[in-house]
Amino acid sequence: MLSQIIAVTGVNLRSLRERAGSSAVAIIGIAGVVVIFISVLSIAEGFKAAMVKAGDPQRIIVMRTGSDTEMTSGFSGDQARLIMDTPGIQRGPNGPLASAELFVIVSHPLAKTGTDANVPLRGVSSTVLQVRPEVTIVEGRMFESGRNEIVVGRAASRQFANLTVGSSVRWGENTWQVVGMFDAKGSITESELWTDARVLQPAYRRGNSYQSVFARLDSVDSFQSVKDAMTSDQRLQVTVLREQEYYAAQSRVLGTVIRTVGFIIAGLMGLGAIFGAVNTMYSAVASRTREIATLRALGFASFPVVVSVLVEAVLLSLVGGVIGGVLAYVVFDGYQTATMNWQSFSQVAFAFAVTPALLAQAMLYAIGMGLLGGLFPAWRASRMPVVTALRQL
Amino acid sequence: MKYLHLVWRNLTRRKIRTIFTVLSILIAFLLYGVLMAIRAAFGMGIEVAGADRLMTIHKVSFIQPLPKSYMERIRGVEGIQEITHANWFGGIYQDPSNFIANFAVEPESWLKMYPEFELPEDQKKAWLADRAGAIVGIDTAKRFGWKVGDRVPLQGTIYRKADNSPWDFTIDGIYDSQVKGTDKTQFFFHYNYLNENRRARSFGSDQVGWYIVRVNNPAEADGLARRMDAMFANSPAETKTATEKAFVADFAKQVGDIGSIMTAIAAVVMFFILFVAGNAMAQSIRERTNELAILKTLGFTDGKVLGMVLAESALIAVLGGGLGLLIAWVLIAQGDPTGGLLPLFYFPPKDLIFGCVLVLLLGIGSGFLPAWQAGRLKIVDALRRS
Repeated sequence: MLSQIIAVTGVNLRSLRERAGSSAVAIIGIAGVVVIFISVLSIAEGFKAAMVKAGDPQRIIVMRTGSDTEMTSGFSGDQARLIMDTPGIQRGPNGPLASAELFVIVSHPLAKTGTDANVPLRGVSSTVLQVRPEVTIVEGRMFESGRNEIVVGRAASRQFANLTVGSSVRWGENTWQVVGMFDAKGSITESELWTDARVLQPAYRRGNSYQSVFARLDSVDSFQSVKDAMTSDQRLQVTVLREQEYYAAQSRVLGTVIRTVGFIIAGLMGLGAIFGAVNTMYSAVASRTREIATLRALGFASFPVVVSVLVEAVLLSLVGGVIGGVLAYVVFDGYQTATMNWQSFSQVAFAFAVTPALLAQAMLYAIGMGLLGGLFPAWRASRMPVVTALRQL
Repeated sequence: MKYLHLVWRNLTRRKIRTIFTVLSILIAFLLYGVLMAIRAAFGMGIEVAGADRLMTIHKVSFIQPLPKSYMERIRGVEGIQEITHANWFGGIYQDPSNFIANFAVEPESWLKMYPEFELPEDQKKAWLADRAGAIVGIDTAKRFGWKVGDRVPLQGTIYRKADNSPWDFTIDGIYDSQVKGTDKTQFFFHYNYLNENRRARSFGSDQVGWYIVRVNNPAEADGLARRMDAMFANSPAETKTATEKAFVADFAKQVGDIGSIMTAIAAVVMFFILFVAGNAMAQSIRERTNELAILKTLGFTDGKVLGMVLAESALIAVLGGGLGLLIAWVLIAQGDPTGGLLPLFYFPPKDLIFGCVLVLLLGIGSGFLPAWQAGRLKIVDALRRS
């Protein structure tokens, strides 16, 4: 049986060249679907990666109870102090490694379109670089406390107009000097602008209030004890989250939208490609009617014929899958884009990410399309009555 | 019409090829419909944004409130017909994943400003009289099974009560809209309900999120917008005024190129599917060139042969394309596939019409060239080709 399968499959594959045209149509069809599949899902992957990178397992975010974003959170300066002094938070030479922060949005034009977009402007404490050690100043310097100076994220500097080191911007009654640019290893933090929280408070009439506290834990394991200490304190009404949980929740809306839309599009196109593959395999079987009938007359069983057609279909779809995967990787991996984060209505920049897992998923999808497309024609090939088939042209 | 039988026999001579060609076209047009709905959803309703409506927000950003006292000052500007205002409330119904857009508005002027929100007269009366009343779009009412008279609590996030308890609302009305592309998921309640609470706590009262004004003459909108902004220049709360369309367009641009990237790639593939299908249709006619010659020998005129071939390809295109558009329409009418995140998921009528035009173009385009070539051949030459 095995030798029969190998023999028939070999004959099939050797004759592929004569059916180059229709085979190419099937390959291109499947490659197209794979490109769409990967490109759409790489948007979701890239967004998730930027979000996940922003989260450090040893870092927590503290917000007011019931807030799901910093936008709607708020507490007094005294409460922020209490939060930062909670035992279990790492301490440096100048006190706890925690940063009480403000998060506001300013209207500023996009570099690409010149139209206004919502830029996230974050007021941070002087400890911010110890709290977020992944952030480094790559150009210029850090802002000085008490001055109207900002440092811009690498992505923000690229996405928004006129935010290069040395320029100055005016929002409302305040003028700000851009004194530096920071890198945060491609995480969404790079979409933000930072300034001194104490300068931001009066500029946005926030009194002595903050919206969140970011803090480094002594160790990854002290999360629960720190959380319990804060939530049981009568003077505070706060939600304590690991930073990773927070950013995962932040990416939920956009991730769902992209994934739903992506799967609908890729699913429909997959169906289209299956029809294409069916047509191709049918004509492949039809063009070899006599050949198959001859094999059958010589005593080959119908099962090897079925297998050979399926192998051909899967092989074609694999070729299509690889072409599509390579194309998608070359064109879309690392493609820089920006969108609105629906939870805070502010801009986030990120790069498309074509991950190995995504490529593997796409390959499986391609093989599935090939199998489905080949099944029906294969069954037909095996069922052809030998005598009528031999008589055919 | 008497040759319909002949056309039909031609179509069924290779059933499998015909079926799969029809199915491919079906998928292409189904995809087209879904893509157009996605594009509309990412366009944020720009098609229905009023050209005669201006929006005024705080110049620094939309999260900064404006004083309520601006209302009377703006009303005094010549060329303005009506004015109303809104606050983004950001309330949560039970769980943050149950996202609904909810706003505090001044009911009477709001409904005047947005006549596309249709509310039965008795429900409207009830809402105007009920300080803690709210109206909600029919899509959201269906999603949560709300009926008129239901009590709905929303947990405040931006606006909280002193004891942090949820705000209670009574559903007084459910609005619908005949205008395609109108958001039927929103939730509106009395601004005064919110403001009284703020006043009692003497904290952040008499502030509104943004103003909407209707101008007498849309052609003067830009000039009016500049005059309004000039009125508040150099004040602690400077304004930015633009047409509603411009705001929606800016908003859509912020969402960025994600929507357009997806639609662009998929459009390419859709045309590829159509190209392959069209080619298959043309091929099946080319194969029969000598049959067409026989028909001409029998006395069929060039016109009749051309007509028959066109009827055949048009039939395939209309069958596949029509079914595809129909299925797309039915699927899209089921509403937002993401459960509330793309509230404007609908099939824009003009895209539906364009889809029908594409179907006809495909039918005529794929049949015309081979038929025309066959018509030009001398019968003898055509018969000699096998």
